[in-house]
Amino acid sequence: MTRAAAPRRRSLHPVAWWLWAAGLAICAMRTNNPFLLALIGAVACFVVSVCRTNAPWSRSIAFFLRVGVLVIAIRVVIEILFGQRGVPGHVLFNLPRVPLPSWAMAVSIGGAVTLESILNAAVEGLQIAVILLCFGAANSLASPYRLLRSLPAVLYETGVAVTVALAFTPELVLSISVVRQARRQRGIPVTGLRGLRGVAVPVLESALDRSLQLATSMDARGYGRRVSLGQGSRRLASGATTGGLLLVAVGLYGVIDSGSLFGLGLPILAVAAVMCGVGLAVGGRRSARSRYRPDPWRRPEWVVVGSGLVALGAMAVAHALNVPGLTVSFSPLAFPSIPLLPVVGILVAAVPAIAAPRAISPSTWQGIADPAAGAPTAQSSDARQASSDLSGAPA
Amino acid sequence: MIRFDDVSFTYTEAAGPTLHRVTLAIPEGELCVVVGETGSGKSTLLRAINGLVPHFSGGVLAGTVTVDGRTTKENRPRDLADVVGFVGQNPLASFVTETVEDELAYTMENLGVPADAMRRRVEDAIDLLGLQDLRDRSLRALSGGQQQRVAIGAVLTASPRILVLDEPTSALDPAAAEEVLGTLARLVHDLGLTVVMAEHRLERVVPFADRIVLVPGGGAPLVEGSPEVIMRSSSVAPPLVELGRLVGWDPLPLSVRDARRRATSLRERLAPLTPPSPRVAPGAPTAANEMAATRKLVVAYGRVIALDGVDLSFSRGEVLVLMGRNGSGKSTLLSTLSGARQPTRGTVVVDGRDPRSFRPAELIRHVGLVPQDPGLLLYGESVHAECRTSDKVSDLDDGSTAHTLERILPGVPGDRHPRDLSEGQRLALALAIVLAPAPALLLLDEPTRGLDYPSKDRLIEVLRELAGDGHAVALASHDVELAARVGDRAVVLADGQVIADGPARQVVCHSPVFAPQVAKVLAPEEWLTVDEVRRALDGALPA
Repeated sequence: MTRAAAPRRRSLHPVAWWLWAAGLAICAMRTNNPFLLALIGAVACFVVSVCRTNAPWSRSIAFFLRVGVLVIAIRVVIEILFGQRGVPGHVLFNLPRVPLPSWAMAVSIGGAVTLESILNAAVEGLQIAVILLCFGAANSLASPYRLLRSLPAVLYETGVAVTVALAFTPELVLSISVVRQARRQRGIPVTGLRGLRGVAVPVLESALDRSLQLATSMDARGYGRRVSLGQGSRRLASGATTGGLLLVAVGLYGVIDSGSLFGLGLPILAVAAVMCGVGLAVGGRRSARSRYRPDPWRRPEWVVVGSGLVALGAMAVAHALNVPGLTVSFSPLAFPSIPLLPVVGILVAAVPAIAAPRAISPSTWQGIADPAAGAPTAQSSDARQASSDLSGAPA
Repeated sequence: MIRFDDVSFTYTEAAGPTLHRVTLAIPEGELCVVVGETGSGKSTLLRAINGLVPHFSGGVLAGTVTVDGRTTKENRPRDLADVVGFVGQNPLASFVTETVEDELAYTMENLGVPADAMRRRVEDAIDLLGLQDLRDRSLRALSGGQQQRVAIGAVLTASPRILVLDEPTSALDPAAAEEVLGTLARLVHDLGLTVVMAEHRLERVVPFADRIVLVPGGGAPLVEGSPEVIMRSSSVAPPLVELGRLVGWDPLPLSVRDARRRATSLRERLAPLTPPSPRVAPGAPTAANEMAATRKLVVAYGRVIALDGVDLSFSRGEVLVLMGRNGSGKSTLLSTLSGARQPTRGTVVVDGRDPRSFRPAELIRHVGLVPQDPGLLLYGESVHAECRTSDKVSDLDDGSTAHTLERILPGVPGDRHPRDLSEGQRLALALAIVLAPAPALLLLDEPTRGLDYPSKDRLIEVLRELAGDGHAVALASHDVELAARVGDRAVVLADGQVIADGPARQVVCHSPVFAPQVAKVLAPEEWLTVDEVRRALDGALPA
């Protein structure tokens, strides 16, 4: 039977967004030039503003922006209060010094605050803020649910647990407010310790009820049907996966901080990848699941990941060539130069704004259902046709 | 298709068996409705079909349940997922994924159906259940009827031979319930599925049923048979059947169409009689008996407008029934009246004051709201403890709440934990707690969800009595039969606006959706209940 399938506007593979964002974040880790950092932040925000849907998580970028500003502010305030003194520079103002006992020599409070020290602190804060912003961008662009769906089979059960928890949190918040209202209706104060107990008990009870219902539904719908696997393979699978993941962490540390681990970052990462691969492959045999419409990995995904890699590559090459302006210092006060190569690389990372497919239609996430939508419309001939399809398909 | 051979089941720590020596065979392609009072073991019977009882519930099951040649003894629920599709009472709580399409595919993913077959069956289910416009939607943004259809679709894609549904329409407005039941009937007719469902509101399901299984509860033997046979002697019956019994129609009518065709002579007999006049004279409420009022009330959640310029007044001694489809603003109106929600614009006045200005302890003397889930009000360790708390908070004499409870529903065990009460008992307890301080305005949100007919009768009595004592009562309900029996005035909401407001008789009789069965049969005469017709025929009413 041929059917005009409803055009489904595809959303980009969530892993592609995370890789792209990771590329930008690592770029931000390798420079403290405020112009480059600002450019990275601007590119991330731009892509988010063009590509995001109106799903609930899309708004998280605003939260990350706010946290970023807060980070910069805190860093500057700390610098003003406890900053290093004695470095020559342009004194902006003097804070009264707080005399400290001799064992606290290393710490100083108050004193002359120089423009240089504030600028340096602000740039340090900016770097952290931009890295946070990159993660915020990935968060806003990639659906956490679809990301979990791309987990390998061996991690499937963990993924389900996280999915359920994600869906559960907003409902818990809702249920707290409902219960508080119900308590008010009984004329019982909702504040204080006794109020808390009165709210917590019904909320927890309804949460337990719901999880039981969910478990019933999952069991009745075939969750946990599996091919049995020997004890040895199971140990191998979990051992290799856990070990591999640990090594990934170590390897990444080596890659990001080039001075540590004697340059062994990349080799460790490679070993980790192999171990994870083995673990996932062995573990995956255990499950007889199949996957419905997995997110495809096509050209747009390559382009998005590629653009992130170009930015990262440009930064790495610039480092290798010792291009001036990657690491800047404001003491002595000087206007930082703007290295061309990283700028071009970072600008390339804005390509997803045009390359990524527009994600699912905005109507998807509107809060309240449209009650008029969806009276059953299938004609009976259509239904009969469908019936033969349903019963004829292999079970 | 489904065979119960001498099945008995006892829950752990239960005093007696819930099912006792049940022998039952349901052939393929049948729509079987399981009826019975609350707590009689309907759900247990349904859950035994796919092995959730005893694999998931615990307890001891004797005898064998065989489904499509497989016993539940050797197959766990998950192993039967390809034969039995199980849809629980609350679809939202059973959803595992986030969007409609993923949910439809979930069961198949677990069964390991190949990707191309999966895609085809999801498209089939979308067509079959009319979900085209919803496929990308978030499950949480669907209306109740849509959620129920998705839940049915989600088990249907695994191409089971049996569908088991536990009260699929209890939370739905009449139109959405029709939609779901129509879908089920079509599945039985077009696909030859075997459907087993539990349902309280017989008037909704009897026309669709091939077989009715009556679970009397208390371990008494099941009664089963065709609807015509069962309805002849059943103690619970939809109004149509009661009307048929009253007039002596044989065979009994099961659908409005059957009854209407036979009712010509009845209509002629009733034509010269006038239906009883409203209990309270309709018309503009006088300032003296106005209890509460809203003026140009607007309530919005973000950009969604739930109530859009509502002008209503609530009078002493009047029972007002709020109707309207799911999401039309009924619950919002009630919670705004109770002071739980701040109006975006407009005013709410209860007893001459803004309900938000009451302190909790004052509030309960002015407004009482029984929420949709009465369990929300209950958190004590026992019924006694709940009653004592209520007496203390409301500054009442000791035992007042317990006394109120005894009046509403005698014999609620006082040492029982509120969670372990039956649905009806829990509602009675919540009602007693709300009623004990005698609030001037009593609000009830969907009070008959999951209530059987006897409990419903008692609720109606209590509400009428309260109105007689001068309380103002407002209830939101999808139950048109309840509205017809208890309501003095009916208000219909749509998209947050009042689209009808008047004497209950006129409002419900003029709506094809909200008209009770008796009104549909006897239209254009405005009779609402079997009781009215009975009294008219007995000559108790003036000609």
